Amino acid sequence: MPHPKPFTLIAELSYRCPLHCPYCSNPVDIGGDKYRRELETEDWIRTFSESRRLGVLQLALTGGETMLRRDLTELCAGARDAGLYSSLITAGTLFTRERAAALKAGGLDHVQISIQSPDPQENDRIAGNRSFEKKITAARLVKELDFPLTINCVLHRHNLDRIEELLDLALELGAQRLELANTQYYGWAVPNQEALMPTWEQLQRGEEAVRRFRERVGPKVDVLWVLPDFYEDLPKPCMGGWGRTAMVIAPNGDVLPCQAASTIPGLEFANVMEHPLEWIWNESEAFARFRGTDWMQEPCRSCPLGRQEEDWGGCRCQALRLTGDAAATDPVCRFSPHHDRVLSARESAQPSEFVYRTMKRPARI
Amino acid sequence: MTRPRLVTGARLRYDEVREEHLLLVPEGAVRLNPTAAEVLELCDGERSLDDIVGVIAGRYDNADVGGDVRELLDAMTNRGLVVDAAP
Ligand code: SF4
Ligand code: SF4
Repeated sequence: MPHPKPFTLIAELSYRCPLHCPYCSNPVDIGGDKYRRELETEDWIRTFSESRRLGVLQLALTGGETMLRRDLTELCAGARDAGLYSSLITAGTLFTRERAAALKAGGLDHVQISIQSPDPQENDRIAGNRSFEKKITAARLVKELDFPLTINCVLHRHNLDRIEELLDLALELGAQRLELANTQYYGWAVPNQEALMPTWEQLQRGEEAVRRFRERVGPKVDVLWVLPDFYEDLPKPCMGGWGRTAMVIAPNGDVLPCQAASTIPGLEFANVMEHPLEWIWNESEAFARFRGTDWMQEPCRSCPLGRQEEDWGGCRCQALRLTGDAAATDPVCRFSPHHDRVLSARESAQPSEFVYRTMKRPARI
Repeated sequence: MTRPRLVTGARLRYDEVREEHLLLVPEGAVRLNPTAAEVLELCDGERSLDDIVGVIAGRYDNADVGGDVRELLDAMTNRGLVVDAAP
């Protein structure tokens, strides 16, 4: 059977960022030499064309802070010429009128601005720098230049109770989409898990607020809200299934099946400087490792619900982190013999200090 | 709905790799059959709904396509993919 064709390319242009979010999904060793070297403009552009030939249609330009790449306009033009729909994901603090207009002219399709909280002080406290006003200015600029605007906010215990303010802010800014992304526990969110984990009551209130907003506002603002894994008892298909719909390229050109895959010991990632993207997707060890269902163990192998091709056994990185084995059933699943570890993580929610994301200080894990 | 247009940022394209018509939107895509793609191509914010029905009918031996076109545009409007360009 031929492999499925990828739909999305997540291009992590750089891990540099002026912010310090404690849930940042970047690897905790971003300060290391491995990631300091970033792909050149022409390498990215060649990779974009290769990805289109493989089937990719959506390109997410992300980071770190994408605006720190001086060649961003050229990259957008490269994406347009390759035939990709491009989204720029930015924290917004460096989004000037001049650069935004150049990106528009270069062919950028969509802008997503992340905010940390609808409350200015809280936003700045979570981001670890003064950024709220700049983000709002950036969001207005996005609208003025007639880009579709997405507002993204990563949710956790500290900001979940402000979900109504957040919905109203998105409406007021004219956002077409609001991504309410419950924290996923990889990258910097791992050392911060206890400080970030929300309570079940918070999530229920949040879900209710989203429901009321959808009813009131209709399709004008598309609100994306997904219950966090930890409060489910059947896993989601992580990344749409390993090596099925998406690939991630790190700043140095390593190609990964998901953003957290670098935490899995023993997986070797091929680099776009050494191999054609087509070979990496179809043949490389990292993509083959958990693709399909052959690698599965019990209970997935004889799943009582026959969900193997629905959730693909859940998240490999979560399985590794909670069971020590990346090939185990995701412990979010109620059939997993380790499901109690998820239950106890829910209860561990307690106030503790943030470990801010940084490239300088070593992570305290 | 007087003068339908695609929502800001939506782009029609034919995917040569999968050989199908798509409406690309921020971080997603909607698969379209060839006729739906034809209809959406006409939603430029200038033509009225009747103009669009007229053009499509003209291409298919003046078949009665009004109901189908309306149904498609209603569904797309409910999903926020088509909006009215009239103030
Ligand atoms: S999550 Fe925060 S720190 Fe991480 S890249 Fe985004 S803005 Fe920067
Ligand atoms: S046993 Fe495996 S396949 Fe079945 S629901 Fe759980 S994770 Fe999914």
